[in-house]
Amino acid sequence: MLSIKNLHVSVDKKKILKGLDLKVNAGEVHAIMGPNGSGKSTLANVLAGRDGYAVTAGTITYKGKNLVEMPPEVRACEGIFLAFQYPVEIPGVNNIYMLKAAMNAIRAYRGELPLDAIEFLNLVKEKVKLVKLKEELLNRSVNEGFSGGEKKRNEIFQMAVLEPKLAILDETDSGLDIDALKIVAEGVNSLRHHDRAIIIVTHYQRLLNYIVPDQVHVLYDGKIIKSGHRELALQLEEKGYEWVKQEAAAA
Amino acid sequence: MSTSAIKHYVDQFQHLQKDLISDQLQAQRQSAIELLQKTGFPTTRQENWKYTDVRPIIGKLFNVATLNPENISTETIESIRLHELDCHELVFINGRFSAGHSRLQALPDGVVIKDLASALKDHRQLIAEHISGFSAAEHNGFTALNTAFIRDGALICLPPNAAIEKPINLLYLSGLHDRPFASHPRNLIILSENSQATIIENYIGLDDSDYFTNTVTEVCMKQNAHLQHYKIQQESMQAYHIGSLKIAQGQSSRVESHSISLGGALVRNDIHSRLEAEGAGIIMNGLYMATGKQHVDNHTRVDHLQPHTSSHEIYRGVLNDHARGVFNGKVIVHKDAQKTDAVQSNANLLLSDNAEVDTKPELEIYADDVKCAHGATVGQLDQDMLFYLRSRSIDAHTAKSLLTFAFADEVIRQIKLDPIRKRLESLVIGRLPEADLIREFAA
Repeated sequence: MLSIKNLHVSVDKKKILKGLDLKVNAGEVHAIMGPNGSGKSTLANVLAGRDGYAVTAGTITYKGKNLVEMPPEVRACEGIFLAFQYPVEIPGVNNIYMLKAAMNAIRAYRGELPLDAIEFLNLVKEKVKLVKLKEELLNRSVNEGFSGGEKKRNEIFQMAVLEPKLAILDETDSGLDIDALKIVAEGVNSLRHHDRAIIIVTHYQRLLNYIVPDQVHVLYDGKIIKSGHRELALQLEEKGYEWVKQEAAAA
Repeated sequence: MSTSAIKHYVDQFQHLQKDLISDQLQAQRQSAIELLQKTGFPTTRQENWKYTDVRPIIGKLFNVATLNPENISTETIESIRLHELDCHELVFINGRFSAGHSRLQALPDGVVIKDLASALKDHRQLIAEHISGFSAAEHNGFTALNTAFIRDGALICLPPNAAIEKPINLLYLSGLHDRPFASHPRNLIILSENSQATIIENYIGLDDSDYFTNTVTEVCMKQNAHLQHYKIQQESMQAYHIGSLKIAQGQSSRVESHSISLGGALVRNDIHSRLEAEGAGIIMNGLYMATGKQHVDNHTRVDHLQPHTSSHEIYRGVLNDHARGVFNGKVIVHKDAQKTDAVQSNANLLLSDNAEVDTKPELEIYADDVKCAHGATVGQLDQDMLFYLRSRSIDAHTAKSLLTFAFADEVIRQIKLDPIRKRLESLVIGRLPEADLIREFAA
């Protein structure tokens, strides 16, 4: 589904990703771990198409298409979804209407008719239960006055409604207490599907106690320096990142 | 340039005098035209007019319109009328009252809603007592010009304890005229003790005629009177509009002013409220949207003269293309006005690199126990918000329109009168790209 080869990315002329390789197949859950400043969020943003992230070398291929030149809204229509680390508040733009516009833009892209108001509301009612988000929040402006946990749950809620093919969760666990973490994890797990891939970007492994990844990668200094299975995350939890760095330096 | 313009209007004044009934306002008209001769029109050398050059207006030498207002077809009026708004409506065409197109419903005893020309016959005393509360120093060339040409407009007077539930709509339509013309509408609003009214001044251009609307509205608020005032400016894109709203507020009186400026090539809106007694308060909401080469200037001024007075002001501007905006909000807290509560904010959204705004909130405080805050911002659309929407598959154009609408709607959503709010939301959306896609958001 997603194939990243030798990816180099600069932000404000500063090199952040320096030859990253990653292959993610449909149905898989990958965790990208790494210390602060290693380039995790850059990877998430570059996949979603944020301005200001210059791809200076390498390729990103998604469903056989070159992702690099694709505007963010087209990526979204193609099934890419980024759950933001810091979801922005948008005063004056209603949550539900935004989601409906998003949904219908995706449907139009696929050549499908828009959902009518009732179908859409039924879908919303079903999905909102998944993340235990208070329904009254949905009629507010996007994320306005939401607590940190509510913002993160709203991201997962949107993801559940839009049913992406490739979901990227950027530090979705940060700032969540254990109950909220479980709710978010349940929401994500319910979306695991044989034709959907999920990339979880995280600093800590605690989210991985609830969402068990197929593969774990360690990102350090703009490259993936080690890949493994779930046990790798536990090792990192126990021993920190230093030993992986040394192993990589020795190799 | 100013000299020939002044001569033009003085000649016109003398010519018109033969037409005008000689009434008790004649002395005021005379002194106003003399004042205009003496002071002339404002120039950019005056601080209050620093960013607004009125030479395009004074260079035009406008005449009065000759069209008979009753000759405008009912279909034309019906196509403009806001049918959802159940209201008392006075219709003016090119500044002249049209009895045939106006609609007045039954009114409580003692309430006067009338065109000024008839009112000058029936309510001489009332008008003489209240009109032209401008001192020579407060006048500028345009208010003087308006006063010199007082002829038509509206008189609205509520006796004590009267409340008019239905809004009063003053519909000023301009156009359908082949020669450049000016109109000088003059409105007088008197709300006696404990009375309540909602009044709309709506200025609409009918076509791309060359015209100038020079309007003055004076409001007298007695103790505990409540007024919701709307000024909706939708002149044609070629038109000039200069308007002044002057309010004197008595004890515990409340004014809510909404000023929405959408049309006009060169526009200046002035609002000046004097909070003359304890507990008086005003809320001022404003939105200006300009595109192309439009120039829109909003000047507001509040004088806090007595204790426990309040003024809360929020103005927002959206400027596109080569448009230029000016905002100047002055709050003066006089020495007796302890416990004043004054908040003022002006935010501007620049949608193009060529758009420009000059904003200046001003606070002058001569009392020591007050709560005052002010601020102004000028910015572009927030990139993080834009990316968030795009990452949710909303294309860049729609996302920009959506965020622009949301910005403007912060002002419009304050409007309590549903039909007006909806009409304004629709008008604002209509001016944005991908209007149809975002129309649903205003639902």
